[in-house]
Amino acid sequence: MSEAAPAASRVSLAEIALTFNHIALASFGGGLSAWSREVVVDRKKWMGEEQFLSAMTMCRIMPGATQVNLSVFVGGSMRGFAGAVAALLGLCLVPVAMILTLGFLYFTFKEVPAVKGALHGASAAAVALTVTMVIKTGEKCLTGVVPVAFFLAAFILNGVLRWPLLLVLGILAPLALIWAWPRERAVT
Amino acid sequence: MKTYLSLLSMFGGLSLLSIGGGNTVLPDMHLRAVNGYHWLTDSQFADIFSISQAAPGPSILIVSLVGYAAGLKVAGVLGGLAGGVLATVAMIVPAATMMYLVTMSWQRAQKSKLRHAVEKGFAPLTVGLILATSLVMSRAADHDWRAYTITAIATVIFVRTGVNPLIVVAGAAFLGYLGFI
Repeated sequence: MSEAAPAASRVSLAEIALTFNHIALASFGGGLSAWSREVVVDRKKWMGEEQFLSAMTMCRIMPGATQVNLSVFVGGSMRGFAGAVAALLGLCLVPVAMILTLGFLYFTFKEVPAVKGALHGASAAAVALTVTMVIKTGEKCLTGVVPVAFFLAAFILNGVLRWPLLLVLGILAPLALIWAWPRERAVT
Repeated sequence: MKTYLSLLSMFGGLSLLSIGGGNTVLPDMHLRAVNGYHWLTDSQFADIFSISQAAPGPSILIVSLVGYAAGLKVAGVLGGLAGGVLATVAMIVPAATMMYLVTMSWQRAQKSKLRHAVEKGFAPLTVGLILATSLVMSRAADHDWRAYTITAIATVIFVRTGVNPLIVVAGAAFLGYLGFI
C-alpha cells in the first residue's frame, strides 16, 4: 500500500501480533515506549526513526493510551485494518490475562508484597531503558541548534515545570511545524 | 447487569476523553470508581495503580482491574473477570478506532508537506517529552539514591553494550525482590 515500507508489506499478521506481544511482555516495570522503538525501528526495521518518533507524539495527542495508539498506527500502516487488530490484540491479550491474574491474587489475598519489591527494582531499570532511548534517538535527530532547542523546551516545560502536555504541545508543535515545513528552494 | 452497563458507559466515555494519554483521565476514573460507585477504596485504587504501572503491557490496563473490582462486588470472581474484560474493551475500542482512521488518512498523505513537517519537526519534541516522562516516572515510583544508582548503571550498560535489556531488568527486579532497592 505504501512505497515507504516495501519490506514491511510482506509481514504476516501473526508476526505483527507476536511482535507486539513480545514488546508488551518485555516491558515489565515500564519502558514500553523504549521497547517499541527498539523492536520496531532497530530490530525489525518496520519504520524509520523520524517516522516512529513523530508517530509517537501524534499518538499522544490522540485520545487513548499512547502505546495502544502506537500499535494501531504501526499495525495499520503495514497491513491495514487486519494489521491494526493484530497489533492491538498482540499488545493487550496476554497482558490483560496477566493483570487479571494479579488482580485476582491482590483482591483475594489483599497484598502482593514480594512482587511489589521486584516491580520497584524493575522500574529503576525501566527508567534506564527510557533514558537510553533518549540518548539513542537524540544522537540521530538532535543535529543542530534548533532541534536541540525544541528538545530542551519540551523537556523543561513538561518534565521540570510540569506544564500539561497539551499546553506544551500547543506552544511548541506549531513552532516545530513552521521550522520543519518543506521550503521549495532550500532543499538540503 | 447495572454495574456492567455503568462500566461500559463510563470507560467508553473516558476512552474518547483521554487526550494526551491514558494518565489524563486517571483523576476522573478515581473519582467515579472510588467516590461515585464505591467499587474500590482509596488505598485499593493506589495499589492497583502501582500494579498496572509495573505489570507488562500498557499501563491503561488499570481499567481491567477497576472492572474486576466492580464485577467482584456483584458477582464474585467470574463476574470480576467479565467486568475486567468489559472495561478493557470499552476503554480501548473507541479510541483505537479513531486512531485507525487517522492512520489511514496519514498513509494516504504520503507526500504532503504537512506529513513531512510533522515527521521532521515532531521528532525532537518527542525526544524531549520522553526524557520528561522518565523524570516523572522516577519521581512517581518514589525512587531514592539506590534506585537512581541502578538507573545510572543500567543506562551505561544499555548504551555501551549489546546485552539483552531483559537480563538487566530482571536483575534489577531480583535486587528489588531481595529488598536492596
